[in-house]
Amino acid sequence: MSHTPTEMMTIAASRLLTNDDICFVGIGAPSAACNLARLTHAPGITLIYESGTLSTRPTVLPLSIGDGELCDTALTTVPVPEMFRYWLQGGRITIGFLGGAQIDRFANLNTTVVGDYAAPKVRLPGGGGAPEIASNCGQIFITMAMGSRAFVEKLPFITSFGHGTGKGDREKLGLRTKGPTRVITDLCVMAPDPETAELSVISLHPGVTREQVQAGCGWPLRFAADLTETPAPSDQELEVLRGLHARTRQAHGVAA
Amino acid sequence: MAKFVSLQEGIEEVLRDGDSVSMEGFTHLIPHAAGHEAIRQGRKRLTLIRMTPDLIYDQLIGTGCAEKLIFSWGGNPGVGSLHRLRDAIENGWPHRLEIEEHSHAAMANAYEAGAANLPFAVFRGYKGVDLPKVNPNIRSVTCPYTGEVLATVPALRPDAAVIHALRADREGNVLLEGIVGVQKEAVLAAKRSLVTVEEIVEDFGPRNANAVILPSWAVTAIAHVPGGAYPSYAHGYYKRANEFYIGWDKIARERDSFLSWIKANVLEKGPDAFAQYARPQRQAAE
Repeated sequence: MSHTPTEMMTIAASRLLTNDDICFVGIGAPSAACNLARLTHAPGITLIYESGTLSTRPTVLPLSIGDGELCDTALTTVPVPEMFRYWLQGGRITIGFLGGAQIDRFANLNTTVVGDYAAPKVRLPGGGGAPEIASNCGQIFITMAMGSRAFVEKLPFITSFGHGTGKGDREKLGLRTKGPTRVITDLCVMAPDPETAELSVISLHPGVTREQVQAGCGWPLRFAADLTETPAPSDQELEVLRGLHARTRQAHGVAA
Repeated sequence: MAKFVSLQEGIEEVLRDGDSVSMEGFTHLIPHAAGHEAIRQGRKRLTLIRMTPDLIYDQLIGTGCAEKLIFSWGGNPGVGSLHRLRDAIENGWPHRLEIEEHSHAAMANAYEAGAANLPFAVFRGYKGVDLPKVNPNIRSVTCPYTGEVLATVPALRPDAAVIHALRADREGNVLLEGIVGVQKEAVLAAKRSLVTVEEIVEDFGPRNANAVILPSWAVTAIAHVPGGAYPSYAHGYYKRANEFYIGWDKIARERDSFLSWIKANVLEKGPDAFAQYARPQRQAAE
């Protein structure tokens, strides 16, 4: 079965999740990846959305983080202050799964503004839960499509902290969590270099070249010495993902 | 004791020009009908407080009701931008909008501090990020026991809180279920409150002993507005109108199409217009 780059991204992201994970799910690409994992190899995964829904098992992907589907299929639903205080700040969440508008080589994220904050060229939605998800979850996975306007040399604004300006910056701030450990894109998977914390490409998706990946990135990319190829999506992964998207479009009243 | 009022009377009594107001509801139970009533009454110079401004504040900002916005995530969930919010920030239309921006954790903590009658909230957050550089209200305190430096934000103490709930009983007690968000905190943090409800019942009947209930003596006014959360939703009554949220992107993208929509759907309509969305799911299933 052939696949799109976006499907490869979602599937590669879903494979990183396991039955034992307690995962704080951002909306969009992260939500698709987390639910694909739950519907394939990780049926026991615990998914948490910031609306307060704990252990939710939606049959369609929510459009917002607070769709009724999430509450209807949750083990329980807690108030939002409790969500952020007891469950997130309490250190009970192993993985935070984020998207972003812009990322830099140390996996810091911007979802706030392009241009000057006081007179922005483009006003983006802002941080929402992300700043504290990024600092309080055990580790962070980031998923976003590549492009030279998204993977940039310098962020105009740091909304969520990754590895700052390099290895050791998290520790200097008193952060005891790992921060971003994987960035899953539509072309490749990246991980912070163990020595420098700078992102390097650890696997290329099938058929993708180094040149293509570099073209979608605003800084000179490093490639790991033991660079591998991401296994292609299986028919089962693609069928489950497409079924999920088809149910979702129908549920949201959007023509398939 | 809470007074039963019409929506028009409720907004007249609880919300005044120049007030700070929280119209809360975390995706669920957003008080859209009350927002429309504030637009119809032409409220001015409001400080709008909400974690997610959502369509309700996109409408209030686009119609010029707001002077300032305190928020933590200003998008159309799963769709994209709030175009009226962006037009106000990027181009000052219909006039300049002051913003005070936080994270969700900060806002949730600030509501809780307000409800608890504390001057500020303390939490572990804002580490390494740029918001504290542009928001002077984000400060820090050193823990007197451990020496850890923790983030602080001022408590939210709005003049008015406006929320939508599932039911009120005849005594004016208010029941919320499902995604309960920060509404209880917003009401208890505010000086005055207006609650719109799907239903008024004689008695709540059998219920979970831990149900979220706001006692009548903690609420200022209650208005019966069936469907009043649409296109948000009311747990057990009607679902979120995701197709409306998707369609809003086109309506709000241009000033003209936005103003035409407001004229036809807000200025020329009343609270009764929401009743068509209120059909309980249990009836729909029969």
